Amino acid sequence: MHPVVKLVTQRIALGLLLLLAVSALIFFGVAALPGDTAQAMLGQSATPEALANLREKLGLNEPIVWRYLHWLGGFLTGDLGVSLANGQDIAKSVGQRLGNTLFLASCSAVIAVPLAITLGLIAARYNGRWPDKLISGVTLATISLPEFVAGYIVMYFLAVRWHIFLPTSLVFSSMGFLERLQAIALPVIVLVMVVLAHMMRMTRAAILNVMESAYIETAELKGLSPIKVIWRHAFPNAIAPVVNVVMLNLAYLVVGVVVVEVVFAYSGMGQFLVDSVTKRDMPVVLACGMIFAAIYIGLNIVADVVSILTNPRLRHPK
Amino acid sequence: MSVELNHLLKSAAKGLISRREFIGRASALGVSAAMAGTLLTTAAKAEEPKKGGLLRAGMSGGESTNSLDPALAASEVPFMVNLLWGDTLVDVNEKGEIVHRLAEEVSSNADATEWKFKIRAGVKFHNGADVTPDDVIATLKRHTDEKSQSGALGIVKGIAEMTAEGDTVTLKLAAGNADLPFLMADYHLIIQPGGGVDAPDAGIGAGPYKVVVNEPGVRHTFEKFADHWDKDLGHADQVEIIVINDNTARTAALQAGQVHMINKIDPKIIDLLKGAPGMSIESVAGRGHYVFIMHCDKAPFDNNDLRMSLKLAINRKEMVEKILGGLGSVGNDFPINAAYPLFDDTIPQREYDPVKAAEYYKKSGHDGSPIVLQVANGAFPGAIEAAQLFQQSANAAGIPLEIKREPDDGYWSNVWNVAPFCASYWGGRPVQDQMYSTAYLSTADWNDTKFKDPHFDEVLIAARAELDQTKRKAMYSELANILRDTGGLICPMFNDFVAAKRDEVGGWFADPNGEMMNGRALAKCWLNA
Repeated sequence: MHPVVKLVTQRIALGLLLLLAVSALIFFGVAALPGDTAQAMLGQSATPEALANLREKLGLNEPIVWRYLHWLGGFLTGDLGVSLANGQDIAKSVGQRLGNTLFLASCSAVIAVPLAITLGLIAARYNGRWPDKLISGVTLATISLPEFVAGYIVMYFLAVRWHIFLPTSLVFSSMGFLERLQAIALPVIVLVMVVLAHMMRMTRAAILNVMESAYIETAELKGLSPIKVIWRHAFPNAIAPVVNVVMLNLAYLVVGVVVVEVVFAYSGMGQFLVDSVTKRDMPVVLACGMIFAAIYIGLNIVADVVSILTNPRLRHPK
Repeated sequence: MSVELNHLLKSAAKGLISRREFIGRASALGVSAAMAGTLLTTAAKAEEPKKGGLLRAGMSGGESTNSLDPALAASEVPFMVNLLWGDTLVDVNEKGEIVHRLAEEVSSNADATEWKFKIRAGVKFHNGADVTPDDVIATLKRHTDEKSQSGALGIVKGIAEMTAEGDTVTLKLAAGNADLPFLMADYHLIIQPGGGVDAPDAGIGAGPYKVVVNEPGVRHTFEKFADHWDKDLGHADQVEIIVINDNTARTAALQAGQVHMINKIDPKIIDLLKGAPGMSIESVAGRGHYVFIMHCDKAPFDNNDLRMSLKLAINRKEMVEKILGGLGSVGNDFPINAAYPLFDDTIPQREYDPVKAAEYYKKSGHDGSPIVLQVANGAFPGAIEAAQLFQQSANAAGIPLEIKREPDDGYWSNVWNVAPFCASYWGGRPVQDQMYSTAYLSTADWNDTKFKDPHFDEVLIAARAELDQTKRKAMYSELANILRDTGGLICPMFNDFVAAKRDEVGGWFADPNGEMMNGRALAKCWLNA
């Protein structure tokens, strides 16, 4: 077997094992929280009678290990079950929200990743001079703002004051692609602001690191233009750390944007997960948790594989 | 047209200022009397219901776990959603009177033990079927069923027997209850075809709007139900509720015109919003109250002198100013205010009195160990700050009050009704009997102050069947005084329902029964485009 195929298979198998562990962790973790679904759903209006009835109906009286195995069996056969709180089909409601989350994440990534890398290259090229300082200053400022503050600021100017975009990002299935793009403009702007600095700084640092090497000096002495030196000679050797950071940020865009979702009332996975944890809606929490974990693990595998592929020493182990 | 003139016109059209005053003030703005007259007629016409359009509300209080099953409705969005697609037998109007909805006549026998509801003829559900007495009984049965998890279970428990005869439903009660129609107005008791037994969350009812999209926690859209019987409801062709739980985002959506009305304005920003163009704050005194509750059966709160010292050690006026931004009224340590029928306004108001509080505290013989108050902001908005104010005013009287912060998550299951002293919230009920029976009767499930007084119970049950209003009022006054002087409830304030709407929304009026015109704002308002 080709070493790369072997490596990928290994990583995927490990990832699956990890997922299993994550599922157990989430299940027992949520079960350990005080209160159960019945109490959370009925809230202040819970009478002992209604509680007992609801517990019976939801099957909360079964032993916990049995409930876990039951859920696992369903999950492995592709049956996510129904929400305990409102009886809706989980696959359907999660599917829609996952689609929304991925749409927001990919739109932000399409803008943020190339922009961050380009800015990083420019900053490296003009290291220590005003373009570098300007880029670093601005991106560090935007990352330092808490997401909700950034959200409120863009909302205030672009929606309330100038009426360019709508303040809340309502999307639904009958919307056209362009309409959707317009609806999510504000959260995309905020997310780009938040993830830009991290990737930009890493690109800049990785390239500056490589620029110290002797072969770069050779390239410079050959008379190549500085941009060409960076693009052709320095950047390929700086890809591994950059890809790692990019993947981390992509993972963040998918799993970590609940605050932005709340601020713009966007119906993504984050808000869904928080609601479900509050209601102790175990099957939904598990479904969301597994998807998040799978995305996280998946992106990390991609990052690993890409760094290996771009590194001849790792690609051809002796 | 200038902003001032526009504002004047609106006030005149609503009858807030007289015609003469309008013309006088308009001429001060440089408008001729004849012109002002014409303007006023146009404006008054604008207050006639306008048909058509898409009316949108941005609301907090919706979660992705919400269901269309009326039995499970507990937060603001399901409350409003269910009243759009469904309807109840009767409703309570803004003056506290019974309004007939699906029942067109309500009558009782002399001791209020037997009630007859005549079901309105020709009313259709969205599936085309007629609303029949059998549907009504099936609905009530579903909510009274032993297996039910309905929020209305406690309300309908007292019904011993239900029978349908012709177009009339007869309810026989175990004990007389003069307030039964008010109980039937509860928002859980939405009449569903076949009682909703087969599909409780189908969203099929007899309300003015049909469910089009139901995405819990995101949005709910509706279109007008053409066969709806009541032409005074449902002016817009389509209505939509967008769930925006974030306070700032909800306000921004209103300011930007994305939605026409929003609920739950944060008291902290009311002053900022008052100057904002194109919108108005709509505040109405309701029956909800923010409270601190002590368990009367647990030390040290089993000592009435200690309870009294705490009641005297809270500064109610300051709380209304600082926690409610002035949009509310002071409480008097019983759960009833002027928004209830038969309220006795002669009961003296309890004031902050650190000297007396210290006296009672000394008399109670408390050992000086800290008195712990458990609080989370989930109890009511601003609960932590309210507790801090309470702590300061109590410490000034020498009472060692300490605050223990609790997480919002799980507050209602782990702290409320469990901890001996904590913050809480009550939404109020349409009538006094229901409020007292829900939370202060010895045997009540939700007796969250563990207040047990056989005499109180006796008077409460006697008042329930008393049809003589003068006697009844005296009985409720006695109950209020008992609770005020011996109960475990510290009630510093009643909160207003504060909503906001854009100026193009017509038909809005204040309804103290619940927020957003008791959940019917989208059906009762219209768009002056």
